[in-house]
Amino acid sequence: MERIFGYRRENGRVGVRNHVVVLPVDDISNAACEAVAAHIKGTLALPHAYGRLQYGEDLELHFRTIIGTGANPNVAAAVVIGIEENWTSRVVEGIARTGKPVAGFSIEGHGDLETVRRASWKAREFVQWASERRREPVELSELVVSIKCGESDTTTGLASCPTVGRVVDGLVEEGATVIFGETSELTGGEHLIAERMATPELKEEFMRTYNAYVSAIEARGADLLGSQPTQGNIAGGLSTIEEKALGNIQKTGSKEIVGVLEPAEAPQNGPGLYFMDSSSAAAEHITLMAAGGAVLHLFPTGQGNVVGHPVEPVVKISANPRTVRAMAEHIDVDVSGLLSREMTLREAGDLLMEHLVRTANGRLTSAEVLGHREFVMTRLYPSA
Amino acid sequence: MGVATSDIARGERVVGVHMDDGSAVEVVAREEVPLGHKIAVERCEPGGEVIEYGVRIGLAPEGFEAGDYVHTHNLKSARW
Repeated sequence: MERIFGYRRENGRVGVRNHVVVLPVDDISNAACEAVAAHIKGTLALPHAYGRLQYGEDLELHFRTIIGTGANPNVAAAVVIGIEENWTSRVVEGIARTGKPVAGFSIEGHGDLETVRRASWKAREFVQWASERRREPVELSELVVSIKCGESDTTTGLASCPTVGRVVDGLVEEGATVIFGETSELTGGEHLIAERMATPELKEEFMRTYNAYVSAIEARGADLLGSQPTQGNIAGGLSTIEEKALGNIQKTGSKEIVGVLEPAEAPQNGPGLYFMDSSSAAAEHITLMAAGGAVLHLFPTGQGNVVGHPVEPVVKISANPRTVRAMAEHIDVDVSGLLSREMTLREAGDLLMEHLVRTANGRLTSAEVLGHREFVMTRLYPSA
Repeated sequence: MGVATSDIARGERVVGVHMDDGSAVEVVAREEVPLGHKIAVERCEPGGEVIEYGVRIGLAPEGFEAGDYVHTHNLKSARW
């Protein structure tokens, strides 16, 4: 396999991109962040919709997501802007624990223009500093990879998810860390995941997490057909949540699962395969995984989900012959040969692994080239 | 359960391959089945369980015949 060259950060973690982000603490700081990013080339603003009047567990998740995104090893340095000083400092301190350059600015008492002026000076300094960071040889085992499929159909379950499953097994064997999630989308196969938990305690924790998520959905009493499975799933031939889930689970491979993570929580038990409690909506899911430290995402799609993320590159794999033709600009790895039996699962896995390495080494994904930068917070309940 | 790897016409005789062991199964399509959609490779009794990936993917309240198109009209989630 080709050597991987990555960015080794101050805390030893390895990134595959070298972004300088301008991170709003809250929705009303988006404008200032976008103004800085417009001035200072090489920065990336991460606008989002939340951060005001949240409280309790929902607020903790907000902080974990913002701090985790800034702390992600794909980020070289971060400028943080928030309306109030206190919460802005909390985010800055959280990111600073990685040892990377980070600076915070609060708008209250200064206004947007003065804040943008001061933040732009700092952003300029960070970009020039980051431009001199160099890739160095790293091990595959140092990568944290996340997985999630989207606009799934029968081709994902039968071909592109098993391809990812093969690569996930290979990554875990090499000592890398892989995170999967999509709590509701395990329904019908949750027992298969539970059986793979490394300890009885983890199994119990997983079932508690799964049951809590699904009970919250069921408590709404709504008909989920058309939402989960989605209209796209149904158009692609999937009929029930169980069928969707069993296809989805193919991509988790066959290894034991060494941890159950809260949303946006970073893996703590060493390398291996982790489950993260998370929404199955693509942008929310990838945002949570990136906040948990994932630096590269493998995304099987059937009908053609186009999602990307500003910080974590998303590699799209499809086995649907119609999608790889009609939406070719979105698909990085074509494994449609699997269903026509012109390609074996082993060949498909090797092709995806080769692509993973090239992407880690800097090859831009289709989603990056097309400007897909979905950064979407998960909310647990309404604001106060 | 079979999955169409190309569009299937009504009356067409199609051969499927089991992905785990490569063994073949032949069935005559009683309806059109679009690419990626399911065709029954055997009969299912009304109320019977429908199996894919070796696991139950739902129930067929009215049942279906081999060669029938199987989707949300005749296959329902047993979960939600």
